[in-house]
Amino acid sequence: MIKAISRVSSQIAVFVLFFVAWEVAVDLLHIKPVILPSPTQIFESIIKNWPYLMKHSGPTAFAIGAGFLFAAIAGFIIAVGIAYSRWISEVTYPFLVAAQVLPKIALAPLFLIWFGFGVTPKVVIAALIAFFPIVINTARGLQSVDVELIQYMKSLGANWMEIFFKISLPWSLPYIFASFKIAITLAVVGAVVGEFVASDTGLGYVISYANISLDTELMFAGIFVLSAIGVLFFLAVVLAEHMMMKWQAAIEETPQTA
Amino acid sequence: MTDVPNIKIDHLTVQYRSKGSIVTALQDVTVDIPRRSFVSVVGPSGCGKTTLLKVLSGVLKPTSGDVTFDDQKLGEARLSGRVGYVFQRPLLLPWRTALENVALTSEIARKQMSAETRLAEAKRWLGLAGLAGFENKLPHELSGGMQQRVSLCRALAFNPPILMMDEPFAALDEITRESMQEELLRLWQATESSVIFITHSISEAVLLSERIIIMTARPGKVEEVLDVPFPRPRGEELRASAPFNELVQYIRHKLRQSQLGLAGAA
Ligand SMILES: Nc1ncnc2c1ncn2[C@@H]1O[C@H](COP(=O)(O)OP(=O)(O)OP(=O)(O)O)[C@@H](O)[C@H]1O
Ligand SMILES: [Mg+2]
Repeated sequence: MIKAISRVSSQIAVFVLFFVAWEVAVDLLHIKPVILPSPTQIFESIIKNWPYLMKHSGPTAFAIGAGFLFAAIAGFIIAVGIAYSRWISEVTYPFLVAAQVLPKIALAPLFLIWFGFGVTPKVVIAALIAFFPIVINTARGLQSVDVELIQYMKSLGANWMEIFFKISLPWSLPYIFASFKIAITLAVVGAVVGEFVASDTGLGYVISYANISLDTELMFAGIFVLSAIGVLFFLAVVLAEHMMMKWQAAIEETPQTA
Repeated sequence: MTDVPNIKIDHLTVQYRSKGSIVTALQDVTVDIPRRSFVSVVGPSGCGKTTLLKVLSGVLKPTSGDVTFDDQKLGEARLSGRVGYVFQRPLLLPWRTALENVALTSEIARKQMSAETRLAEAKRWLGLAGLAGFENKLPHELSGGMQQRVSLCRALAFNPPILMMDEPFAALDEITRESMQEELLRLWQATESSVIFITHSISEAVLLSERIIIMTARPGKVEEVLDVPFPRPRGEELRASAPFNELVQYIRHKLRQSQLGLAGAA
């Protein structure tokens, strides 16, 4: 307990130190706000523009959430196909690897042409870049299930549904949640890039608009709010993980080998 | 129990194929396992004992030969819910408590049972295995031998007519092992199920079984099938008696011969 408190306070101290150093540096070096505003100036801008920032947070949060959700559902289904069908896995794997390497952000302008201006292209980009880690990790998790455990279930006469839901799925949860944590941060990137190129709403739009109008304080205000949204999404995934995998937490609490 | 079948194994051969190489685990194994008998399998490590159980439990397809349960071929026989298989490894689900792990089998093989009955039965078995108070522990909180006992309870808890046990007592201390042996014998006599029991302990095999299958080293063949004549209950006096030790020595001799590759020449 005392260990936990000292850890959390040290973690907070790093943040505080970072912002104090930033504040002092901007002050001492007389950096103009248009180049780099100080944390207090950014904070003031957040307060001043609060309603405006909130209005644009909604669409961004929606794009992140919707993109992630599509990626999770499609990723899961395709991962099941890959894990259980040799044919599907052999046929799709090279494509998936190639698609994984491709910088999907570069497709954003293309999606503007395909889907027009608005909510569709950013959801598509968010979903697309969140998709690959989910597919690959989930498939790996499902494939890593102990073969003898499945044999054990078969010896009991378990049907495939029982094997999937009682064994394979819980077995894969650590893999799935690891990929969700990566995917949710990627979905934030995807949604914002989508808003950079193809939107007149959302924090991505606010940031790029502030950039053009040289309102660097507002730009940073947007970035800060965006980070906060990203952290909230990430925490939501962590919370879901904790609720679904209490046993894993119990394992991590046991004394580790030195 | 009426659904305990006679098991006939007829010219059974099992090969593992992996990346071009073929390992013959069992070759031309023919043996009978009469209903309600206690049959042990002994043989050197790697001779195919586990493979044999996997085929009998319907988990692994034989390369050639037949297994019949009464008159049904293995593929057609409805084995589900009839076989309680204790694997060589505990194979517990890490996310389930000891109690929930034990209840897994009846959850799948005894669907008509109510959840309360399942848990009560599971709890009773854990108690018999000396694990009272550990019901709500996760597998990683249990020692290796305790995990093995949970795995044993799991197979026994749904009262299967055929028990297949792959070195179930290997991880236990002498005293726990003896009490588990007694428990197993009591259960076998009460329910008259068939037990197929793999062990590396010759005296354990002699003490428990009616029939012992001695296997040769790879590829696994049946070296000899012998019936154990001693009456039950087989207690301390029997263990110390000359006929008991003669039989143990005889089996040891057979195993040593086969391991030295002398079986054919002798
Ligand atoms: N999945 C597998 N793939 C390839 N070969 C295997 C596989 N399982 C077992 N074998 C081989 O088959 C042979 C028999 O293995 P098996 O596990 O049945 O032996 P065992 O008699 O149970 O040995 P032990 O007493 O050590 O448990 C061994 O030579 C082993 O290498
Ligand atoms: Mg074995």
